[in-house]
Amino acid sequence: MSSPILKLIAQRIALGIVLLLAVSVLIFAGTQILPGDVAQAILGQSATPVSLANLREQLGLNDPAYLRYFRWLGGVVTGDLGTAMSSGQDIATSISGRLWNTLFLAFWAAVVAVPLAIILGLIAVRYRNGWVDKLISGLALASTSFPEFFIGYVLVYFFAVKWQIFPGISTVYEGMPFLERMQAIALPATALTLVVLAHMMRMTRAAILNVMQSAYVETAELKGLSAFNVIRRHAFPNAIAPIINVVMLNLAYLIVGVVVVEVIFVYPGMGQYLVDHVTKRDVPVVQAVGLIFAAVYISLNIIADIAAIVANPRLRHPK
Amino acid sequence: MADQQKKSVLLDIRNLRIEATVYPPGEPPKNIVLVHDVSLTLEKGKVLGLIGESGAGKSTIGLSSMGYGRGGVRITGGEVILNGRDILKGGKEGFRKLRGREVCYVAQSAAAAFNPAHKLMDQVVEATLLHGTATRAEAEKRAVALFKKLSLPNPETIGERFPHQVSGGQLQRVMTAMALCSEPDLIVFDEPTTALDVTTQIDVLAAIKDAIRDTHVAALYITHDLAVVAQVSDEIMVLRHGRLVEWGGTRQIIKEPRQEYTNALVSVHEIEHHEQKPGTTPFLSVKNVTAAYGRSHIKVLKNVSVDIYPGQTLAVVGESGSGKSTLARAITGLLPPEEGTVTFDGRPLANRLADRPKEDLRQLQMIYQMADVAMNPRQTVGTIIGRPLEFYFGIRGRERDKRVAELLDKIEMGKGFSDRYPAELSGGQKQRVCIARSLAAKPKLIICDEVTSALDPLVANGILKLLLELQKEENVAYLFITHDLATVKSIADSIAVMYRGEVVRYGAKSKVLTPPFDAYTDLLLSSVPEMEIGWLEKAIKGRRMASAGN
Repeated sequence: MSSPILKLIAQRIALGIVLLLAVSVLIFAGTQILPGDVAQAILGQSATPVSLANLREQLGLNDPAYLRYFRWLGGVVTGDLGTAMSSGQDIATSISGRLWNTLFLAFWAAVVAVPLAIILGLIAVRYRNGWVDKLISGLALASTSFPEFFIGYVLVYFFAVKWQIFPGISTVYEGMPFLERMQAIALPATALTLVVLAHMMRMTRAAILNVMQSAYVETAELKGLSAFNVIRRHAFPNAIAPIINVVMLNLAYLIVGVVVVEVIFVYPGMGQYLVDHVTKRDVPVVQAVGLIFAAVYISLNIIADIAAIVANPRLRHPK
Repeated sequence: MADQQKKSVLLDIRNLRIEATVYPPGEPPKNIVLVHDVSLTLEKGKVLGLIGESGAGKSTIGLSSMGYGRGGVRITGGEVILNGRDILKGGKEGFRKLRGREVCYVAQSAAAAFNPAHKLMDQVVEATLLHGTATRAEAEKRAVALFKKLSLPNPETIGERFPHQVSGGQLQRVMTAMALCSEPDLIVFDEPTTALDVTTQIDVLAAIKDAIRDTHVAALYITHDLAVVAQVSDEIMVLRHGRLVEWGGTRQIIKEPRQEYTNALVSVHEIEHHEQKPGTTPFLSVKNVTAAYGRSHIKVLKNVSVDIYPGQTLAVVGESGSGKSTLARAITGLLPPEEGTVTFDGRPLANRLADRPKEDLRQLQMIYQMADVAMNPRQTVGTIIGRPLEFYFGIRGRERDKRVAELLDKIEMGKGFSDRYPAELSGGQKQRVCIARSLAAKPKLIICDEVTSALDPLVANGILKLLLELQKEENVAYLFITHDLATVKSIADSIAVMYRGEVVRYGAKSKVLTPPFDAYTDLLLSSVPEMEIGWLEKAIKGRRMASAGN
């Protein structure tokens, strides 16, 4: 590793941290703009002006906004996400289990979707403009065009109701055996895979096709390489940066965008937790979940950036 | 006897016909014939030069010997017999077995033809390993020996480098090594030195020639430069519009061409232009200009001073990276100089383009290398040429149309072209339209930045002649930027030779081109290929003696 590359990577990470701080300010400001405050929410209709004032004093709500922001941020940094108003539970504790569930679902969806998308992309390029390419593109496009709740319910209808292969409700609990857990997430993971597949596949196809125009691909063809080896050895390595970018974007979606799918399958993950607490107007929980989603999004994009930097031979091996 | 002759023939192309489908915008797809019934034979170990302008079909024929067609190009007739069998009958699998084993390819731009993601060695031995003709260790040993033969620096370790870590001239040699590594019978060289600077070209050319001689490989050498091909070929085939014009021994083609077209190619650079004595006062003076890009400390121009006289041509010549185009940018204000001044008619010009009044902008016009990207593809020729008339003089309507017609007449194109779009014009016509556009502003100076470099020799010649005529009629001065010394000789009144941002030699044409030379100008002048058999050996020998003398 050379120093320019380390410098670039350090820059990206620093930029990510700055961005995350900016997002935390936005999230905090956003919840401040909402009418009513925590004291009002806790006391509800039984609030008298005196009890409200007391509670505000007690919770430190009379302090200026920036002080409350730093208090909140300080808590977040030390792992204290505050207490949920609706249940009085510690947010960090309730989130950790759910975050793990969401990551578990996202992970298995990604394990299927990413290689499948890239392989389908490669095949589409290999047989470009032929019927195989059109079939792959068509199916992929169709699967993205359907909204995820529609795909979810279609899957439930066939696999859970009609054929009864997989459960329609993805209940998981702590200490559940691995295989049962896998069976439980089969349908939501499939729904997620279908949603993200097309985007990744089409971008893979486009990125490789872009490279297929270059002179070095012609050189490879004139060496007698088979069409698939030309793509695999000469086109793909040069298309890796845009592919990583779109893969990371979709991985982020798998974690951040699962809300609808988790609700459909009643899967105890972050998305469902968020939706529950939005309806209860539980501001501290919404803040915490928002911040975690932002952190996931930003870190995956930093990873994509770093991977693109490392994949570039000009940066890896300077003159 | 006949049998013996048959034996020594490596490649026998008979009545080759190649077609392609083109998709003109707004019209139904059209079939065009790229190569019409061309036949050729090449004996083992011989070099055949294929020469012609762009569109002559030379690359297409070269690639057909590998069964390859770019884009929608397909071979629709004839036979390509290599080593006694018709390769066109072998199908895709047959092509794959032949490519990289029997026939290898050296591309014009090695910088683009090497994969940026892999080390050079991996790419050099790839074809050899693919066809299983050697083990990796053997192939790498062979590659290192070839690197040595092609006089690459650090032959043992250069294979560990990535393409971007090696210079263009070196990459071209590595590519030649890559072609030789699998010990093919035939190599197709497709303009292998065209993208190189003239001082680099000579070394690469010598290296390629030695390698061909020592390995006894046969070659199709494709180029548009007759002087280059005369150095390496045994025979030359002249092609035009996909048809054979003339085919003969190298000496016969360059000394006694039988066809008129060949004769035109041979005598292409014979434009007579007698140098004019500089007038008393220059109208534009560049004084001690120093410039750099961005906040870089690397000075692209170092203390450059030149003068331009009314109605005369100053040619600025140098290799890529010598700062010639940057000088143009400094004069036009696109890159404000850090130090020094540009004076025009005795008063200093504002450094920055944005600070210059319209009148100053009008006086300095530019013509670029790439005429097609210098014009808006959605405007007609009339609009393009008429724009400066409106912008600088406020001429509109019928008066404008009249002036446009006059300008079209000046560039030897009829007023019928006024309604055409740039895409409907040939390369030479596009450049003419750009010339008309710059003339429309009635400038004192036109800066011509490599305006003939992208054109075929005969077309380029036409442009040069036109520029010289217009200079007489309009009394316009040119700052003519080029890397081509032959062009300089035919158009300049005075010459500035640039090297690494400095003017190393400057003065009247006759003075600059007369010895004694400084070292760089000598190198530059001695590197320009001459249409003479044995020139390459003489030039290389001259160089060795010069370096031994140092």
